[in-house]
Amino acid sequence: MLRTLSIFICCLLAWQCVANDIVVTASPNKSVVSGNSSETSNKKVKAIASSELTVLFKKLPVTKLSKMLLLIEQLSATKTPQAKHAFQYLLDGELFYLKSNKMVVHAQLIENKQYQLTDVLTNTPLNVVAKNKIKKIRTNNRLRGKLRSLLAQFDLTDPDKNVRIIAVKQLLDKPNQTGIDTITQLIDNEKDSEVKELMAVTLLVERLLNGDNATKISAIKQLKTSLEPSVLNAMTMQLANIAKPTPTQPLSPEDKALKASLNKAIADIDGRKGVFEFAENLFFGISLGSVLLLAAIGLAITFGVMGVINMAHGEMMMLGAYTTYVIQQAFPQLIEYSLLMAIPAAFLVSGLVGIAIERGVIRHLKGRPLETLLATFGISLILQQMVRSIFSPLNRQVLAPEWMSGSWQINPIFSLTFNRLYIIIFSLMVFVTLLMILKKTSLGLHVRAVSQNRDMARALSIKSDWVDAITFGLGSGIAGIAGVVLSQLTNVGPNLGQAYIIDSFLVVVFGGVGNLWGTLVAAMSLGAFNKFLEPVTGSVLAKIIVLVGLVLFIQKKPKGLFPQKGRSTD
Amino acid sequence: MTTSNARSNTPSDPNITKANKKMNNVNTSTGQHNSSNESLGSQYLGKQSVVQKLAALGSLRVVIGFLLISAFYVTFCNITFSPGSFFHVSDYTVSLFGKYLCYALLALAIDLVWGYCGILSLGHGAFFALGGYAMGMYLMRQIGDRGVYGNPDLPDFMVFLNWTELPWYWAGSSSIFWMVAMVFIGPGLLAYIFGSLAFRSRVSGVYLSIMTQAVTYALMLAFFRNEMGFGGNNGLTDFKEILGFSLQEPSTKLGLFVATAIALAIGYMVSDFIVKSKMGRVVTAIRDAESRVRFVGFKPEHYKLWIYVVSAMLAGVAGALYVPQVGIINPGEFSPLNSIEMVLWVAIGGRGTLYGAVIGAIVVSYAKTRFTAIMPEAWLFALGGLFVLVTLYLPKGIAGLLPKLLGKNIPEKHDPAQQVNDTSKGSNNHTQNEHKNPEVQS
Repeated sequence: MLRTLSIFICCLLAWQCVANDIVVTASPNKSVVSGNSSETSNKKVKAIASSELTVLFKKLPVTKLSKMLLLIEQLSATKTPQAKHAFQYLLDGELFYLKSNKMVVHAQLIENKQYQLTDVLTNTPLNVVAKNKIKKIRTNNRLRGKLRSLLAQFDLTDPDKNVRIIAVKQLLDKPNQTGIDTITQLIDNEKDSEVKELMAVTLLVERLLNGDNATKISAIKQLKTSLEPSVLNAMTMQLANIAKPTPTQPLSPEDKALKASLNKAIADIDGRKGVFEFAENLFFGISLGSVLLLAAIGLAITFGVMGVINMAHGEMMMLGAYTTYVIQQAFPQLIEYSLLMAIPAAFLVSGLVGIAIERGVIRHLKGRPLETLLATFGISLILQQMVRSIFSPLNRQVLAPEWMSGSWQINPIFSLTFNRLYIIIFSLMVFVTLLMILKKTSLGLHVRAVSQNRDMARALSIKSDWVDAITFGLGSGIAGIAGVVLSQLTNVGPNLGQAYIIDSFLVVVFGGVGNLWGTLVAAMSLGAFNKFLEPVTGSVLAKIIVLVGLVLFIQKKPKGLFPQKGRSTD
Repeated sequence: MTTSNARSNTPSDPNITKANKKMNNVNTSTGQHNSSNESLGSQYLGKQSVVQKLAALGSLRVVIGFLLISAFYVTFCNITFSPGSFFHVSDYTVSLFGKYLCYALLALAIDLVWGYCGILSLGHGAFFALGGYAMGMYLMRQIGDRGVYGNPDLPDFMVFLNWTELPWYWAGSSSIFWMVAMVFIGPGLLAYIFGSLAFRSRVSGVYLSIMTQAVTYALMLAFFRNEMGFGGNNGLTDFKEILGFSLQEPSTKLGLFVATAIALAIGYMVSDFIVKSKMGRVVTAIRDAESRVRFVGFKPEHYKLWIYVVSAMLAGVAGALYVPQVGIINPGEFSPLNSIEMVLWVAIGGRGTLYGAVIGAIVVSYAKTRFTAIMPEAWLFALGGLFVLVTLYLPKGIAGLLPKLLGKNIPEKHDPAQQVNDTSKGSNNHTQNEHKNPEVQS
């Protein structure tokens, strides 16, 4: 028995290694989204730039307007955020210098001619001064025009790809002439294909909005493949702009052609959007399904294999979630690895509590399922109150590690969030591990033997008592692992488990008791069904419909989707 | 039925006598197996006086008498003695007792299906709440234009939601007859639909319990929605009067208490009648050996459905009496936790005995009131601990404890599982006697 348990723990460790791998592979992805890492790569450049910057900033107050243009260009060549901010302030008329030491500051009027000063170089707030202590740095119209185009260029030429993407997207949403001009200049030199494509789309949208009919139609043809929301917006706007045909003024053939191609393009985009919306719903559904699977699979073992109703199953999940919380509190510097530590810990905590429950209570209630139900419910109340007394009734915050956050952007309207992706993969891994344990290990063999014919198994020298305890521990331990996952999705509070207990029971019953594959199918289909219903009916009504539907289904097929075949009757 | 079968066999047929002999052999072996029980049975016969005492304790007349006398005592003390007196029962206590009596009626309903029919319903809170909502709707309409918004037709929450007219299912809710009808029809209909589906497809045991829990959970979610037209999250509250009597008046509270006591007495009599009737005996038989009852020729699903609907209606009445006394009904009453707590009353009081359920409901509710006042933290520990201890050590609850306390080696009633054995043995013994005669004759 110990051997099999150790095999399981080894499996977990192996999983951990795999998960560590995930961490490693996830970090490049992370940069796709957050762009934090680019800052570190820029550090060297900045160090050089800052000394140059200080010199240039010193010149700002003393340079004449005519020489200002050159200075600004030099400043913009440094490619520093300080210069960008200074440009913005200069444009807004908020860039001042102190009369005493010619220090360039950003000044904001508070009240009564009092100004709050901020150092432009370091972006640290300074004290509040009166207006007579500072003087505005002057600009003129020519300078302002230059500033605008430089500002537009700033982000568009940023070395970080993500900053460029955001800048182009902003332009796509709110096009302006300087920005479009800048893009036209920059598009040929752009190396990154993603940014280049986005730039091209921006230019095409510009042409669609402001070109003549022929350019419009050609632009539409090229835009058909784009899924950017602003493209669709622009198209619908154009469609609305075409004058309504009146009896006196029928549509000109050009307008007709434009209208036809617009309609076609919009239908095209809508169709593809529908496909991706479907995919998104499916993804959400499967992710909900995998959570249900994790919650239900432990129950599938205790209820399905052992025939024991464990109403405290939800509380086992809650214990797992709190274990995660405790681990994060104990090792605040290891948040990145906290989940990986929490999984075996939660398995052990919940598993041991489960074994204690089995030994202490359930063992004495063998063959009395209704009593078992009530007793375990009592245990669940005690566990809830215990957690409430120890950790307070308030929800506790469990942090998400960096590698769990962010998303994998497949196209402008379809992205998969990493945490859900990992949860799907993880729950499938748990499922397979469990299946392997039941099918391939001696523990699994004993468990199946005891569940099929207890007396015969005992006659063959299987310690059925121990098999019961270990099985129950295994089921509870998996509930603990489910708790770790839930801590990433919902609030961690004393009532965490209660919300899932009815759902998990229904999943097990729906799939067919004693059938792990049935549980998998049931969880996934319920999750997907729920998520497809949600946009139509709202989440609460969707849940009600699913519940009622399940109750009706079980009336029709009391043994679930995949009933166990056998001769035993009750 | 077995006996009649045996009788119909003509004793002259030698084959059948052979078969009977075989059966006798089997029977004697089972008889030996259970001999220890039989010796207990002889002791049981010896202590008839105590048994009679106990039987008297649970008898209808004693329970009803005790109930009505204590209700009269509370009323009397509340009216005659001044608040300073030792014997005075305060208005607060009166409505508290009224609440307990509602719970007792509800526990009676649960005992009827669980204790006598073996259906562990974890959703009786739904019937209770539905009855409560029927009453709540009526009380809501009685407010009239005295609400915050002063709308004579619409309850406040509908005005708040910018509804212009009553939903169709509120039609008639201002009439007392409608209310009384709905108190029975609402829970009864739900029980009928759910029961006829579940019992016909032979969903039983733990599955059924989980289904009932799912139903009450779904109803809770539904009633939380504002669109349902039952006040959403806040439920129905701010009631002003019932039948023209102000709900704030102590005399109305006393009246409601008395009405509840009478309702409980009637409910008890009805339950007692059902349990003792022929139908009730079939129901008990279904609890102990459903397949056997089916093979004998009864249709268990009909009996189950019938007792389930009656029980739901009783629960509905309890809910309807509960609402004016506490002054609010909200979707929280549907929560599965509530329903399970109700089951605990019956488990602690002793299922399978009607007075046990009443005692359990009152004792546990009283303990809850005291506990939550003194140390609210400990209540859930106590509740959970009770669940575990009662199921482990007191399968017959307080009612099963009484004989033990009265001492005198009285055999406990057996578990349902054992009872199956027991009844089969009893009927076998019967046949044994029947068969002995032909043997003697031959």
